[in-house]
Amino acid sequence: MHGLVNRAVERFTRDTYGREMWLGIMQRLDLGFAEFEAMLSYDDEITHEVLGELAVSLNKPMTEVLEDIGTYLVSHGNLEALRRLLRFGGTDFVEFLHSLDDLPGRAQLAVPDLSLPTLELEDHARDYYSLTVGPMAGGRIAFGAVMIGLLRAMADDYGALVFLDHKGKRGKVEIIEVRLLDVAFASGRAFDLGAALR
Amino acid sequence: MSEGHVNTALYALLDTLCPMHAVLNATGHVVHAGPTFEKLCGDTAPEGRRFLELVELKRPKLGAGMKDLRRAAGAKLHLELRAAPRTALKGVLVALPDSGAIGPKNGVIVNLSFGISVMDAVRDFSLTSADFAATDLAIEMLYLIEAKSAAMEASRKLNLRLQGAKIAAEEQAYTDTLTGLKNRRAMQPVLDRLMETERDFVLMNLDLDYFKSVNDTLGHAAGDHVLQQVARRMVSETRSGDTIIRTGGDEFVLIFAGLTDRDRVAEIAGRLIARLERPIPFGDEECRISASIGASLSCDYAQVDLDQMMQDADCALYVAKDQGRGRHVTFDKMMRLARDMKGPIPQNRDAR
Repeated sequence: MHGLVNRAVERFTRDTYGREMWLGIMQRLDLGFAEFEAMLSYDDEITHEVLGELAVSLNKPMTEVLEDIGTYLVSHGNLEALRRLLRFGGTDFVEFLHSLDDLPGRAQLAVPDLSLPTLELEDHARDYYSLTVGPMAGGRIAFGAVMIGLLRAMADDYGALVFLDHKGKRGKVEIIEVRLLDVAFASGRAFDLGAALR
Repeated sequence: MSEGHVNTALYALLDTLCPMHAVLNATGHVVHAGPTFEKLCGDTAPEGRRFLELVELKRPKLGAGMKDLRRAAGAKLHLELRAAPRTALKGVLVALPDSGAIGPKNGVIVNLSFGISVMDAVRDFSLTSADFAATDLAIEMLYLIEAKSAAMEASRKLNLRLQGAKIAAEEQAYTDTLTGLKNRRAMQPVLDRLMETERDFVLMNLDLDYFKSVNDTLGHAAGDHVLQQVARRMVSETRSGDTIIRTGGDEFVLIFAGLTDRDRVAEIAGRLIARLERPIPFGDEECRISASIGASLSCDYAQVDLDQMMQDADCALYVAKDQGRGRHVTFDKMMRLARDMKGPIPQNRDAR
């Protein structure tokens, strides 16, 4: 798995539960290092082991941990750059939903060896969508749970009120149901195009 | 349909397709401005003002009249806002027919874009994605700039860490762990660098005297302690640019870059020995050692030959030891003659 993914798991653990928790996990796994390098690649098995140990340490089901990671990616101040990159997807939540198909491609524009699962949005009605999430390389991590956390946080960011439901797996893909209850429920967070330059 | 109606429809169409445009009449005055161009003009609406008073045409160089402007139809225009911050713009214009069928008679439509200045413009005019046409790549460009900067920053940090690790590993590989001095591996790179830069230098071979008896009577712990103290004293007696290498158990090589004066060499050697002869306390005991030094100067050679210099420093060291302990000798050619007459000097200094 790409270092960025592993690094995200690391940052999530450290920023949410503290350095001790992270170092404890890495010590128990005895991988020979304590920090991931964002720009290197690691064996898929390592990512899987780290996530497993994290879930055990937190005494939480894996899906819940993955959902929390997805939310963390958008809502934590340390990852403001990532939130901004996602907000480039559209001016409102619906536009953002429609930009998801391009997300893996956009990610690869920035980091060519970062491969994310395919995403496919289908709209059934103006306020009812389903998102098909393809398998992660290696296939052992359910990216759908991460997407649920991420979508929930992005809806918050745009000020939209949504209902998300993981409909389970169909073959290799996962299906997420998205129901838009109110696109302008709250004011959301500001997105200033030129902010990175200020 | 009246002319006014036609134009209203035209302007609405232009506002969507290219929001950063201006429609000029035959006298070069703005009769309609797209919403984004309007933003660029600040508080005073551009309508009714002469276009070339708002924007300066940098290239192609043309006159200021409307006739000149119409001549530039289809060409790539380089423009600049006249008001601060004098944003650079790219543009293209089309000339309108004199029939009045499309837009004002003999007018022009100018469409503008930021080109490479888009980043600054977005900040300076607080633009949002709604200010760009849906087909405009400006937002993608901003996205790419941010994404690439973030990726570059991550790569830069990785490079810094790798470089730090590399330097630390090299330091470790070239460091004698007991004394913190450089080890034998470090000698060749230092000498190579001096040879490459053609700097003169002095090579000093230093052997501790009576060290073996400290080791034998007080044990290895005392021996290690003495070596550490010796290292400290040598460091404090030399300049930071000098190199001190522990080549073996109680053998050291000192390299002094830029030194060519025999008297200075003798003075430094004398001072080193005096300093090392001061008793070294170890628990309740006092360790007493001395040192013998043989030196060779690169400036004594017409053509500097490293192997020769090292041999000669060794030769001087043996002469020093022959004279008793605690002596220093600087090599000169007479010694080589004397040596050649006596036969070769044993290569292994420990053998003596």
